[in-house]
Amino acid sequence: MMVVTVGGALVALEADEIIYGAIGLAGSLFGVATLFFLLNAPYVAVFQVAVYIGAVAVLILFTVMLVRQEKWAKEVRPTSLTRIAGIFTGAAITIAIAAAAYATNLAGFDSLGNTATFVDIGQLISTGDSPVLEVLALVLAASIVAALTLSRVDREDNPK
Amino acid sequence: MNSLADFVLVSAILFGIGIYGLVTKRNALRLLFAVEIMINAANLNFVAFEQYAPFAAAAVDNPVGQTFVLFSIALAAAEAAVILAIVVVAYRLHQDVDVSELKTLEG
Repeated sequence: MMVVTVGGALVALEADEIIYGAIGLAGSLFGVATLFFLLNAPYVAVFQVAVYIGAVAVLILFTVMLVRQEKWAKEVRPTSLTRIAGIFTGAAITIAIAAAAYATNLAGFDSLGNTATFVDIGQLISTGDSPVLEVLALVLAASIVAALTLSRVDREDNPK
Repeated sequence: MNSLADFVLVSAILFGIGIYGLVTKRNALRLLFAVEIMINAANLNFVAFEQYAPFAAAAVDNPVGQTFVLFSIALAAAEAAVILAIVVVAYRLHQDVDVSELKTLEG
């Protein structure tokens, strides 16, 4: 699963065609969903598949396919200096976090195998975190209205 | 692969790949991919740290990590929709999705 997740992320960024990149991103998101299953979080995993792969990845795929333009696929290749800087920065951050994780006691922690059911999560969301849920609903509504407003086409020959 | 450090390692690799994409890519959609990968790395950490002792004992009755991830996924979906709309409008105005060419967005 680690291979699928990391490989999909690499394909998403390095595939020549952007449509293959979107498919690679969907694969990476699916890999993360399986990792959620391994972490005893099936509800989050199903939510990840439904929202990320079912909505976000498909939204990106449809946008790329419907607005099929050559310039979307055309990319300016990064210079070797930029590429080296990117690899160095990414590798440095990865190594720093991984070294910190293995240097501390993280490897010694055991999984207790706890599985919070969706009832527990639902109770937490609907009681303690209910203001957050309300704000999130408003943010989602605002983002949908903003996306529709942005992508609206003003027609000059608007029939009355 | 079943210790907390392993999951943190996967998360760190994903985050590093996302950073690499943000540094090297200029295509707006690739930047969106990179940001989504980094958000997933953060989500993975939330769930992983919730499931392992000594954090897990409190997580049975109070699954804050999973709740955070649910909120994060919903926010990321909203963010992706808005960014895609912005990219479509930018393409309509400039005939390009290369962010280094979008001069009118500069501050």
